[in-house]
Amino acid sequence: MDDFLLRALAGGLGVALVAGPLGVFVVWRRMAYFGDALAHSALLGVALGTVLGIDPQLGVIAICLLLALALALLQRQRRLATDTLLGIFAHTALSLGLVALAVLETVRVDLVAYLFGDILAISPVDLYWIWGGNLPVLVVLMLIWRPLLAATVHEELAQVEGAPVFRARLAFILLIAMVVAVAMKVVGILLITSLLIIPAAAARRFARSPEGMAALAGGLGCAAIGAGLWASLRWDTPAGPSVVVAATLLFVLGHAIPSRSPR
Amino acid sequence: MSAELLLTVANVSLTIGGNSILREVSLQVASSEIVALIGPNGAGKSTLARIALGLLRPDRGQVWRKPGLRLGYVPQRLTVDATLPLTVQRFVTLGAPATRAHIQAGLAEVGAASIIDSPVQAISGGEMQRALLARALLREPDLLVLDEPVQGVDVSGQYELYDLISNIKKRRGCGILMVSHELHLVMAATDHVLCLNRHVCCSGHPDHVARDPAYLELFGLDGARRLAVYHHHHNHRHDLHGAVVAGETNA
Repeated sequence: MDDFLLRALAGGLGVALVAGPLGVFVVWRRMAYFGDALAHSALLGVALGTVLGIDPQLGVIAICLLLALALALLQRQRRLATDTLLGIFAHTALSLGLVALAVLETVRVDLVAYLFGDILAISPVDLYWIWGGNLPVLVVLMLIWRPLLAATVHEELAQVEGAPVFRARLAFILLIAMVVAVAMKVVGILLITSLLIIPAAAARRFARSPEGMAALAGGLGCAAIGAGLWASLRWDTPAGPSVVVAATLLFVLGHAIPSRSPR
Repeated sequence: MSAELLLTVANVSLTIGGNSILREVSLQVASSEIVALIGPNGAGKSTLARIALGLLRPDRGQVWRKPGLRLGYVPQRLTVDATLPLTVQRFVTLGAPATRAHIQAGLAEVGAASIIDSPVQAISGGEMQRALLARALLREPDLLVLDEPVQGVDVSGQYELYDLISNIKKRRGCGILMVSHELHLVMAATDHVLCLNRHVCCSGHPDHVARDPAYLELFGLDGARRLAVYHHHHNHRHDLHGAVVAGETNA
């Protein structure tokens, strides 16, 4: 196998392994749009990184974390519904990013690669970002698992029972920001949410416990990466979108299989 | 067992968005005591319960909880997203870790041992209330706060649940603060009633409150008459169910 293929696979698996377990919470908490909003701000991060003369990846992470914090704080006010707020943020961030990149005339950015991902161009440095960024995410997720799960079922009940609800929610939002920022390379800004949502949704049918669903979502995400890459080689299709299509096929297949036990 | 003070709420007021939700409300709960908060919708009952739990901070007034107080809470209505695979056993342990034998015993105490392996989305409203109660009891609470614990439960189930709550108090000696919107339901189980309509209209022993002019004004003669029906049929539970169902429409 070629080097670039191995790197693509290693990068894709690094993202899918973490996006699955994190994605189940995104599904349970109905936060699909939240991941989208964060992803849309990534271009702004690229521009920021360029202006500051730092690694664009660092700029993306910074902007995603900042936006996540801002959203977490703004959700406390009740004047605007969360989805309206997210819509404003997401599209403003995307537009601002496009405007900023156009203003920075000296910078040439491969827009398509950012929007749809460029998994076959993953460099060794990108691999460091992906694994170095995502492994801590997985560790933190395990640490906050109990309070986050309790808060997902009923926030106030968990709070009365003494769970650190606010800290867990804040940590969770920052974890999503982190994963979105590094997953951009694999499937691109427009498709990131699919890696969080689709494997998790596909896993629901077969899961008996929250942990089982998280593990299965990680596994199905990895399968989608493998299948998508293979299809991309076989039929010369764009890699990122092929991964998403593969994930959706897994979801559909899972629902087509008759189940032995209900739920 | 001598009664020990668990919770004191003193002269608490709360205003949200210019609306006065609670005005100068005071409340005490001791061990081995059931205190019921009754009042019409929007009277601030749940708000007061949430202040007692420490989930809300009042604008004015003091809240004191016995140091180290262990709280059990049964919130009003809980639905778990269908995408979350969760059995009753797992749900019950979200509040405190416990062994299966322990959980089994806890569910048996509330009469729900058979649902231990059911998905939480597949159980009825009454079973969910029992599961919530079991979850609260597994924490060995000193004070139980129940927000409309019989909501969405049919009438015979409601009386069973109140019996259960009253037994829990007797067996465990914990204090119980209970929100309900009707006096006639909580009457038999309750030691002390607080009739709330943003301020405390009247309070005291259930019999006393039932005759209080402030109560009669708040709930109208209809409510009072139903209470009379309740008293009359006190020993004939089956007759009672029919009578209460007939009067339930304008609760």
